[in-house]
This record gives sequence, structure tokens and C-alpha cells, in this order.
Amino acid sequence: MPSWLTSFPQLSNSFLRDLQRSIDDGFRTFTRGYGDLIEGFFSPLQTMLIWFERLLLNTPWLIILAVVAALAWGASRSLRVVIGSVATLVLIGLFGMWTDTMRTVSMVLAATFLSIAIGLPLGIVMARSDRVQRLISPVLDIMQTMPSFVYLIPVVMLLGIGRVPGLIAVVIYAIPPMIRLTNLGIRQVDREVLEATDAFGSSAWQKLVKAQLPLALPTIMAGINQTIMMALAMVVIASMIGVQGLGQPVLRAISNQYFTLGLFNGFAIVGIAILFDRISQAWGKRLQKHQEASHD
Amino acid sequence: MTDPAIDPIGIEIRNLYKIFGPNPEAHVAAVRAGMSKAELQARHGHVLGLSDINISVVPGSIQVIMGLSGSGKSTLIRHINRLIDPTAGEIIIEGRNVVEMSRQDLRAFRRHKTAMVFQKFGLLPHRTVLDNAAYGLEVQGISQSERYRTAMRWIERVGLSGFEKSYPSQLSGGMQQRVGLARALANDAPILLMDEAYSALDPLIRYDMQTVLLDLQQEVRKTIVFITHDLDEALRIGDRIALLRDGSVIQQGTAQDIVMRPADDYVANFVQHVDRGKVLKVGAVMVQPTGALPEAAIATDASIAEALQQMAANHLQALRVDDPEGQPIGIIPFQDAIDAYTGQHR
Repeated sequence: MPSWLTSFPQLSNSFLRDLQRSIDDGFRTFTRGYGDLIEGFFSPLQTMLIWFERLLLNTPWLIILAVVAALAWGASRSLRVVIGSVATLVLIGLFGMWTDTMRTVSMVLAATFLSIAIGLPLGIVMARSDRVQRLISPVLDIMQTMPSFVYLIPVVMLLGIGRVPGLIAVVIYAIPPMIRLTNLGIRQVDREVLEATDAFGSSAWQKLVKAQLPLALPTIMAGINQTIMMALAMVVIASMIGVQGLGQPVLRAISNQYFTLGLFNGFAIVGIAILFDRISQAWGKRLQKHQEASHD
Repeated sequence: MTDPAIDPIGIEIRNLYKIFGPNPEAHVAAVRAGMSKAELQARHGHVLGLSDINISVVPGSIQVIMGLSGSGKSTLIRHINRLIDPTAGEIIIEGRNVVEMSRQDLRAFRRHKTAMVFQKFGLLPHRTVLDNAAYGLEVQGISQSERYRTAMRWIERVGLSGFEKSYPSQLSGGMQQRVGLARALANDAPILLMDEAYSALDPLIRYDMQTVLLDLQQEVRKTIVFITHDLDEALRIGDRIALLRDGSVIQQGTAQDIVMRPADDYVANFVQHVDRGKVLKVGAVMVQPTGALPEAAIATDASIAEALQQMAANHLQALRVDDPEGQPIGIIPFQDAIDAYTGQHR
């Protein structure tokens, strides 16, 4: 049998090597030339991250517990959710993971805010134009399926190791559901309701703020919830490029085979994931108060 | 209600065409020359929505546009505030052609000249009844206290006092449409567009809402365009009725005209089950008096059924017909009333 039938006829090794090298060299040159500029561009993120982290770390733990309890109550009006949230945090503290947890929470909150700030307007633009939707959709597909380790490489090359590249990696990973569900939520708004707002002479902005966004809110809240969950999942991977928090002990546990250390930190992540999830979902549901007593 | 009555304004719809499809302009000429809906569909894959519509709505009157589903009636009403753009033709309101208005002019026109009521209500589910009723005013930028005051007045007027803090999903269909009506009336626009506004309601509630509308119209004197597929509804509330079929107007006139002189078999078929005794008015059947006037009198706007009842009860052969000032203007003989009632009139 001829060899081209048994093994796939690939491009020559030397060609592939040269191709990879030239792309790498090109990117490296770009990094050297513009790295500082890009770092400067992202420095506000650094400031925001440090501010968030200091806020959570410098606030006495009792106050944090009180704030979480208040948030849980405000969002859910359910004693069970409040007790569950406080108990989770108390357990985390007792097992010595308070500081790491605060670091992780600050990272997740910062990533969520950034995702909303970028994702919401993008989702709105996407909902308004089919062409933009066709353009953004495949990009989101790539962001969601590309193994996250792969885009850690260029981020680290550009910005080095630390919080900001970590944050960017987390946002890249966590933003797609925010964009997608904002788009979906707005597109699902009842056509007759929109026709009514048109008939009364609403401007595009009035229509967006008074009808489309409020009616898309349940779907948008589901997007925020997803974004938070994905940000939490990414925190462990981001610890590989220097993001502090619960991910680092996990990383240490993997390389040293400390089973219990890994388990504790893993449970802490699960704990705050549930906490975030319950609070944000309860809040989303309470925003839907008007749909409770449905007639006929 | 002490609303400063706005002068009613008329609507002139002239030579209006709407063709749906990828290239509608290309086929207007052919349709003008007489190409039928079926031919346009078969040869060019375009759908003829409206064909050469000419309707002139009298200021301060209720113009009913009636037709079965697919006749183009909902498409037509959406042209008046240009929720749909026509392929050709013009709509003149206060001397301005709505079709040629810029985006900005159109928005101002929709805010101040028209208000619309929808078949499926089109309420904002996340807003209370009060905030829904105040929506049109909110869009106009009117302060909260003022728009709540106006909206509250109309909520009371349509019989929803006490429900202003409810959400639409907590109300029945009839009540939701009252909110839709309050929202439209709060806007204080001279033109009211009602797109099958009562079609989704139960018959009894529908009758109720028709009464609400007729009572209101006595006070506010708006120019109302009312879409319906229900002939009884059309005959009850319409000052004038336009019958639409396959995108064309096949007959226009008063309820009396349409019942007594149907333009073709299609219309005749339509009106044959109508309760003629209730729909036909004495004024449409009366004749010039010959000889002495009868003693017993009846008003011109009384129904034939009432006239027959009066004659049968008192064994009379004719009644004198008086205008609203009490002046005799004709007589209605028993036989003529019977003929009109049974559809035998010539």
C-alpha cells in the first residue's frame, strides 16, 4: 500500500515549524513593542481589583457576615437562605480559608462587574441587528470551546503573571453567557408589547429602558448567574497565572498530592458557588413579583 | 369629565396600496392596472395586502373597518400611525401626509395625535395598572404627579378604581382591556385606533366594553377607527362601516346602508343573519306622509322592532316619525316596517 494511504498526507515538518516560529516571533515582537502600552491600558483594572480585594480583606469578618446576611435577606426574604449563607461562611472561616475566600470572592465580583459592563451593551447591540449577531455568535462559540489554557498563553505573554491577566482570562471565560442571554432575552420580548410602545411614540432609548430591558431581566439575571458560576470555576485555572485565592491551595494540593487540602478548598469553592447562586436566583425571582398571581 | 374638548380631526386615506414581498415597488403599477391578488401571488410571489383603499373618516365619528381574518384590516389600521409603511398612497391628517413624515415628526405625531388599543392588550407586564395607563404621558415627558393624576382619572372612568396598584397578570381579560383603553384615553389624542380591541373578550364583556366606548364617545368626541370581524359589533358602534375583503374595500356606508342595500352577494350573505329589527332605524325606513299624520309618534333613531312593538300593542297601522326637536318628518306604515324587518323592502 502506498504510504499516503496509511498516514495522512500532512504539510512538511519544516514548513509547520517555520510557520509556528514566525507567528510566535511576530507576536513576541508585538508584545515587546506594545506590552507597556497595553499594560497601561489595563492598569485601571489593577486599581479596581486591588480596591475590591482590600475592601473585602480589611473589613472585619463580623461586618462581612452581617452584610452577606443582609444581602441574602434582601434578595430572598427567606430565613433558610440567610442561615445557609452565614453558616457556609462560618465553616469556611473555621477551616482557615477566610482570607483566600475573600480574595476569590473579590476576583469573582470584579470579573462579574466587568462582564456585565461589557456583556450587557454587547448583548443589546447584538439583539438590535441580525448582522451583528451573525458576527459575534461564532466568536462566542470560540470563547466557550477553546480550552482556557490556550488563551492564558497570549494573555501572560502580553501582561505577565498577576491579577490583571487573571481577571482578563476569567472574563473571557465567563462573559459569553452574559452576552448570549442578554441578546436572547431582548429578542424574546413580546412583539405586541413593543408595537404598543411604538404606537405611543417611544424613542428607541425609551423602548429599551422601559420595555425591552425590564422584560428581558429574568433572562439577563440567568446570564449573570451563569457568569458568576463560570467565573468561580475559572478561578482555579487562573491561579496558574498568579491569581491568589482558593485556587492556589488547590494547585499546591495537585502537585503535592495533599488530598484533604484540595478537598477543603474545593468545598469552599462549592460553598460560595451555592451562596452566590441562591442569592442571585432569589433576587431574580423577586424581580418577577408581577408574574406570580397569574390570571386565567 | 372636564377635559378641554379637542377639536376632532379627520383622516383621509387615499389610494393606499400595500404589497408584501422582497420588491414591492416593482409591482405597484401592475396592481394599479388591475392584477389580482391571486395572480400577483402566483406570478411574482408577492402578497397583495391592501389595494387602492380610499376611506375618509369623518371628524369625531366612529369608523368601523370590518373584515374576516386575512382581509387586511389590521394591516390597514397600522398604516394610520405608520406602524407599517405603505407601498403607495397617502394618509392625510390635519393637512399633513403621514406617509412622508420624518422619524422625528412621526414620533411626535404618535405621541400627540393618536392612541392605540390592541387586541392582546399590549400592556407592560412589569408595570402596575397605574404605570401602564400613564405610559403615553410618561413617553411625552410629563411629570409623574401630573401623569398619575390624569391616569387615575381615566382608570376611574373605565371602572378600575382600586386596581391601580395591581399588575396586568392579576386582572381578567376584560379588565386588562380597560387598562388598554385608559392608557389610550389618558393620552388625550384626537384619534383613537382600536385594533380588534374587543375580539379577545367574552361576548357579555364585549357588549359591556362597547357600551363603555359609546358612553365615552359622547363625552370625548374622538375620531375612532375600530377594527372588528364581528358584524354585530360593527353595526352597533359604527357611524360608518367599511367592509374589507382580500385587501379591497367592497362597501362603505352606514349600518343602515349595508343592511338594506348590500353591494354584492358576499355582503348580502354577511348581513343575512343580522337582527334587522334592532339594527335598522325608523329614520331609514320612513316614507313621506300622504294625508293626515297619525297621532302616535316615534323618534327617528328608534329601531324598527320598537316601532312594530308600539304599533302591535296599540293596533295602529302607522306611526308619525319625529326628529329630535319634535318636528314631524315622515311616517312609518306597519307594512313597510314588516317588510324592512323581514328583508322584503325594495
